[in-house]
Formats: sequence, C-alpha cells, structure tokens
Amino acid sequence: MTTTDLGMPTVASDPHGHLRGTETFPVAAHRALADTQLRQNLGHATRTIRAKRAAVVGEVDDWEELRRAGECLKADVMARLPELLEQLEASVTARGGVVHWARDAQEANRIVVDLVRQTGADEVVKVKSMATQETGLNEALGEAGIAALETDLAELIVQLSDDRPSHFLVPAIHRNRSEIRDIFLREMPDVDPDLTDEPRKLAMAARAHLRRKFLSATVGISGVNFAVADSGTISVVESEGNGRMCLTLPDTLITVMGVEKIVPTWSDLEVFLQLLPRSSTGERMNPYTSTWSGVTPGDGPQTFHLVLLDNGRSNVLASPDGRQALHCIRCSACLNVCPVYERAGGHAYGSIYPGPIGAVLSPQLTGISGPDDVNASLPYASSLCGACFDACPVRIDIPHLLVQQRAAAIDAHTRPTAQDVAMRAAAAAMATPGRFSLAERVVKLGRLLGRSGRIRSVPGPGAAAWFGARDMPPPPAETFREWWARTRGGS
Amino acid sequence: MRIALVATCLGDAMFPQAPRATVELLERLGHEVVFPAEQTCCGQAHVNTGYLDMALPLVRHHVDVFTGAADVVVAPSGSCVGCVRHQHAMVARRGGDEGLARAAEDLAGRTYELSELLVDVLGVTDVGAYYPHRVTYHPTCHSLRMLRVGDKPLRLLRAVRGLTLTELPDAEVCCGFGGTFAVKNAETSTAMLADKMANVLSTHAEVCTAGDTSCLMHIGGGLSRLRSGVRTVHLAEILASTEDAPRVPDAIMSEAR
Amino acid sequence: MVGAHPGRLVSAREEVLARLRAARDAGGATSPDVPREYRRTGSHPPGSAAAVARLDETLTDYRATVHRVADEDGVSAVIARVLEDAGATTFVAPPGLPARWLAEVTARVRPDAPPLPVAELDRVDAVVTGAAVAIADTGTFVLDARAPDQGRRAITLVPDHHVCVLRADAVVSSVPEALARLDPDGPLTFVSGPSATSDIELDRVEGVHGPRRLDVVLVGPR
Repeated sequence: MTTTDLGMPTVASDPHGHLRGTETFPVAAHRALADTQLRQNLGHATRTIRAKRAAVVGEVDDWEELRRAGECLKADVMARLPELLEQLEASVTARGGVVHWARDAQEANRIVVDLVRQTGADEVVKVKSMATQETGLNEALGEAGIAALETDLAELIVQLSDDRPSHFLVPAIHRNRSEIRDIFLREMPDVDPDLTDEPRKLAMAARAHLRRKFLSATVGISGVNFAVADSGTISVVESEGNGRMCLTLPDTLITVMGVEKIVPTWSDLEVFLQLLPRSSTGERMNPYTSTWSGVTPGDGPQTFHLVLLDNGRSNVLASPDGRQALHCIRCSACLNVCPVYERAGGHAYGSIYPGPIGAVLSPQLTGISGPDDVNASLPYASSLCGACFDACPVRIDIPHLLVQQRAAAIDAHTRPTAQDVAMRAAAAAMATPGRFSLAERVVKLGRLLGRSGRIRSVPGPGAAAWFGARDMPPPPAETFREWWARTRGGS
Repeated sequence: MRIALVATCLGDAMFPQAPRATVELLERLGHEVVFPAEQTCCGQAHVNTGYLDMALPLVRHHVDVFTGAADVVVAPSGSCVGCVRHQHAMVARRGGDEGLARAAEDLAGRTYELSELLVDVLGVTDVGAYYPHRVTYHPTCHSLRMLRVGDKPLRLLRAVRGLTLTELPDAEVCCGFGGTFAVKNAETSTAMLADKMANVLSTHAEVCTAGDTSCLMHIGGGLSRLRSGVRTVHLAEILASTEDAPRVPDAIMSEAR
Repeated sequence: MVGAHPGRLVSAREEVLARLRAARDAGGATSPDVPREYRRTGSHPPGSAAAVARLDETLTDYRATVHRVADEDGVSAVIARVLEDAGATTFVAPPGLPARWLAEVTARVRPDAPPLPVAELDRVDAVVTGAAVAIADTGTFVLDARAPDQGRRAITLVPDHHVCVLRADAVVSSVPEALARLDPDGPLTFVSGPSATSDIELDRVEGVHGPRRLDVVLVGPR
C-alpha cells in the first residue's frame, strides 16, 4: 500500500477513459483520406457551419471584446480553481445538491454506477456530455447491467450504429442523411419503414423513438457547460429539448463535470452565452439553455448529484501556457475551420477530443509516455495555419500550444530518433555561416539530379513523403550569398 | 533608409530569386540594403517541429547578427518574420535567457515582412513595377494570421502596371505545407495541396504569387508535378519587375535554370 | 468518501484539491483583470419599440410565430385564435397566469394545481405562459420556474405547442441586460424558437423533443 503523494503536480492523475487511440494520426488519417463518403460528409458539414458562424459572428460589433473577456475570465478561473471549486461545492450543497469528487475516469464511473444502483433503475437517459464520453461511462453502466440511452440526435446515431463520436457538437458529423436513415431503419424497432432521408423526418423519428423513454425515465445523466461558483448554478446548452427532458422529468439527476468548467459568478455567463452559441451552431442563441441550482421543491429532480472530475486536468493546470487548453468551452469552432480536421475527420485523433484543441488537450491530459505513444503524434497533426486561434471564442493560442506539445513529445524521446538526428545535423549546419556555406555547396550537388529542370525524387524516407506529390526544383547555380558577393562586392 | 536583409536560409540556398528581387526593388526605391553575411537561419523549422532547445543557439545567432546591422530588418518571408516576432523571445525565455529574450523582442519590433516594410514603413504601394501577366495571390497563413498583413500585398499588386489580378477562391485556407507537416503528415498535406491547386487552376492565372518562398515551393512543387504550366513567383519578383527590366514568370520551378 | 478508493489513504476530495492547488501554484496563481469592454447595455432601451421590433425579427428568424398586440386587452383574442388554428382543445396553464389573457379562450384549461402527472401533460395539446425577460438581439425569452405565470419546467416542455405572452417591459436588447434581471436561484429556461437540431449535416431543422410549435404574443405599441 502506498500513501498518496500530495502536492506534487508532476504526479500523473492516472487518467483512464477514451483519451488515447490505438494508432498514430498519420496511420488513421490514411484511411479517412481515402473514404470518399467521409470526405464529402465532412466537407459539406464544415462548409455549412463555417458560413453560418461567420454570418452570426459578423453581427456582433463587440465580438473581439467578448473574446478578450472570455479569455481573461478563464485565466482567472485557472488562477483560483481550487477555491472556486470549494465555493461551488458549498453553493450546491447549500441548495440541496450532493457533490462528489473523482480523481479519474474509473472513480467517476464507479460513483455514478453506485448512485444509479441506489435508485434501483436499470435504465438512464443521457444528455450528450464530453465528460462522460471521456470516462467511458456508458460502458461502465453497461457492465453493471444499466442501459444508458443517449438522447441527443447525433449521439443516438453514434450509439445505434455502435460507432465513435467524431465531433464535440455533432458526434455523427461523419454521417450524411441517407446513412442516418439507413441506421434508423436498421436499429429502431418501431420506425416507419417508409422513412425518407429528409432531416425533418429523421428528427421526427428520433422524437418518436425516445418519447416514451423520456416520460418514464427515473434517472437522468448530464454534463455541464458552465457551473457558477457563487450561486451553485449549473447550465446545459442544447438545441433539441432532449436536455430539458433529461434535466427535468427524472427523479434523480447525476451531472458529471470536468473541474475546469467553472465560472466565478452568474453575470460572467453574459460573456459565454454570447460566445458559445454563435461559435458552436452558428446561431444567435441555441434553442434551449437550462440553468438550475441544487434542488427546487416541486420542480424537476428532487435528488441532484454533481460529480467533479480531475482525470488529468491537474496535469494540464500545472503548465503556465498549457493550461489554456482548459479554457475550452467545447464549441467546436476550431474543428470546423481546421483544414486538417476537415480532411482527416475526428476519428483520426483517437481521443474523444478531436481537432486542434484535442491535439493539445489529449496529450496534456494523458501525458506523453515516449516516442511510441500515439498521442505524441497529435501535436503534429496541424500545419500551424492559425485558423483555430482566429475562430476560438476564448482566444486559446492553439498554434503556440501545438508547438509546446511538440517540444513535450520530443522531451519524451528516450533514445534519439531519425528525426532528432536530422534536426541536430541541420542545427549544427546552421550554427555558423562557414558551416552553412558548406551545407549550401552540398545542396548544390542536387543540381545533378535536376538536369531536366525539376527533381522528381531523391532517396530517403522524408524525401519519399515529399516527392509522393510534389516536385522540387534543382538547386540554383548561384546561391544568394554568392550573387551578393559577386554583384555587391561581398561584405 | 538603411535596411538589413534576412535572405532566409531557403531563399539563400534554394530560391535566391526572392532575396535578389528584394534587394533590387529596395535599391530601386532609393534605399541602402545591407546583407550581414554571418546570417544563417532564424530557426523556424526547429521551433515549429518542437526542437526548442536546438533552436536557442540559432535564435541567439540571429539576434547577434542583426541587432546592430541596421535600423530596420526585412525578410521576404511571412513565416520567418512570424518566427522572429512571435517565437524568438519565447525560445529564449524557455532557455532561461531573459537578456536574449529582451534583445529578440527589440529586434522583432524592427523586423518586417516585405509588404509591411513597403506599405507601413516606407509608405509606398505603387513601387513602379510592370508585370503583364495574369496573377492570383495566395495570402499564406503566417502573413495572414500571425503578422496580420491584411490586404497590403494586394494593394501592392493592384498598383503593378500590366498585371491582371484574379481572386483565388478559399484563398485564406492553408496550402498544406506547414514545414515538417508536409513530411510527417504527407497525405493530409497532399489533400490540402490538391484543393489549393484546384483553386489556383480555377482562376486561369499564369502565376500564383505569395510572400513566402516555402509555401510557393509547396504549391509550385505540386503544380509542376501536374505539368499545369502555372508558375509560382514570389511577390518580390513581381514588384522588382519593370518595363526596363521585365522579369518573365519562370521562377520557382523552371526548365530554364 | 475516505477509504472509498482501495489503496488510497486520503479522500478523493482532498487529493483532487491538493493536486489542483499544487498545479495552480506551479502554473501561476495570478489572476488577470477581466476587461469588460464589451457592450453591457443594448443598442435599444429596454421596453422600447425598437427593441420589440428587433425581437419580432429574431424570433421569426428562428421559426417562432409572432403576434403583435397593442395592449393586454388584445391578448386573449390572439391566444384563442392561435389555439383554435392549431386545433388545440386543451391547454395547461401555470397557477398564476393572468385570467384576462384567457377571457376569450374556448379551449379547455388544465390548471397545473395540483401538478399534473407527466402522462397527463403528454395528453394536453398546448401550454400558455408568460416569461421573465426576453432578449431582442438573440430572439430568446427566459422562463423562471418560480414565477406564477410561468410555472414549473415540465409544463412548457411536454406539451407540443407553447404560447408565450411577452410584455414590452420584459424586452431587453442584450444578453447582459437579461442576465442582470434574472435570479439564478430557481430553475431558468432560455428558449430561442421551437426545438431544433443541427445534427444532420449541420443544417438546422426545427421540431425535435421540445415543443415543435412556438407562438409568441408580443404586447406593446409599435
């Protein structure tokens, strides 16, 4: 038996759950890039949402001021996180809620399973939540003989087809309408066999499928968009009304939140309720936002549990810059503008947190164990084009964090890789002008390869990757510095 | 004005047309250009691949070489200037060298990408250039989103006599280069390149220009592989071209070199 | 929860808080000043004709049906017509709904006192409520479950048709103005149009689990 080592941020919080895939990004992307249907679906969906977001963000003349406020509010939260959590706990408890703490995914799942068991229920209705996706709660409930019914339309599509989510907002973004119709026809027992692929008809089918479940559910499970420390208020932002059903009709509500999803005061929501919907669904406001504080006699669940989840977040908080990744409000704007996400899709990231933010969040939550850790490939799944920063409603400097996580991946190299050797050689060649000139003369030998005016291939693994799709010109007969010396007399 | 040139390692060794054109353009506009011959590389490739420790001596060398060289420094590369402006001090601080970080910040404040230098510092948009070709402009991510050069390159291009500027669809989307990204994630990079090339070809331009040699190497490498006949030419070369000394669009990929 | 986790000697609460304190101190414990340079008052004064007109536009944009009446005397006729047009023969009303709003309504009212079981609510055709505040910029109204004319959350959720009466004095322009008027202690529901989803190809379609039909009666001079 070991005692717990308190106060050491370097001690990993033993994260479990769906934060790491089984293959590197390039390997997974290889498959996705060749999937014509996936490419079409993602291209269409991200183009649609980019246009909608741009239109509603353009309506707001103080958008940049809101982003700056959101950025600083989140930085303030990080600087006061332990105190704010204690305040939240006190506020929720004072209003009749019960607060639980979970070190990791496994512990969170065990808490929730025990709470559901205490109610005697063998079925729960769920609002889409990234936190419970992260912990793998549905599987844990299933092992305990409790059926977890996802009620968000896209999450339902994923669940019915035994698939994995690929996007924060629309977990089934990789599916198009006719695929969704086929899934419904196959998996929904009472569905109209003449169901068409018209989106409205598909939404109606989901309504009919879930209606009786909602009306009879005794336990609801949700995540959190924002938890207000001073009032103990929890908010869930949604569109379909499935959230309202899960939050309102059951006797017992169990809510799981990552510890970072906190804001200090009620009035701080005035910033985030403007930033989130416009960034996320590209709406001025989403159809429904529910807020509640503890338990209200005569209205809604009379038993309310709030589970606070660490699962690696303390690792992230310990990094002065890296903690920005905890500012994320899960709007998915960075996914929608990312040219890499648009082409490779969410599954290529392995973790349930895909896209640019996932590429900096997942490796920080799990830590990078060594050069073979698949999460070490995530920070490289970006061309550093910067579109994610511009779209981020809380100004997370994702390109900077990507570079930082690349450095972390290299720090985890237990032995020099081929890339390490090449980069060290390049650094050495560029250390002095003498060596650099020498290197230029070596490069010039490449002219021998380019007598036809272009080079189509050269030996070497990195070169093969380049020359798969691109030529290279032969090196010039005269370098710039030679030209300068010849024409400007040297210096 | 006395202006120190960062030729960039890629420009020096592989694509000397861009720094040469920069020199000729600035001299034509009446300025003195100096080339500190001790210069090597800003360290961008190392920084962006995550080799921040290896980048530290490169940053130190760059700062040492350029600090006293001139009042202002120019590089015909949005990404190199982006590295100088947004990453050098970070690398220095991470390496525990606060003095270097301050010096890097001072230098960064005097370092400009070419279109910034021309429009903001030298106050010109019409540089007297002549380039009778159909041209489309790719804004490059670092110029656009790291440096925020905005429409400065387009204002310079619009003032070029004889030039027909055609709008590039989805211009602001990355071409897929991203330094080592093009090698480490070559397939995703290629997918992005394919869309960029399709957009370039849809403009029916003879020339695709940009303010960054590395992106042009990528787009040009793809267009060459397709035998598209479209050339990639650095913005500096277009601006350096005059009626007296016209440049033909033969730059990045050329049978004639 | 002491001892709840095998092999660990401190509670999860203590351990998580200790980790977070250490991590926070390692990463930096200085709070920045939060710049509040965004607009905290809207482009139109609360209750103004301009604010109400903008609300009309934004509600309509997200597929709510808006009915304008000059004063409260006109409300009951509109509600009567709206319910009739929808073929609603029964509707639920929160306990404190103003009786004058229902004067001309012929559909049968089911008062939610004592609270109706969910199965009953499911058989009711519609619900009529007031609202605590409305936001013109976003096309939103907010229901406060503790307000007598709005009622507990289930009554505005289960029936498939919601008729909401909004007085001009409840209309503000902006989100900050609305939040300042609300007390978060009780359950609140922000409603912007009928239920909708963007889950199929990120295109918005209306009508999922919440009320599929939303009528808003806007009370105030034009």
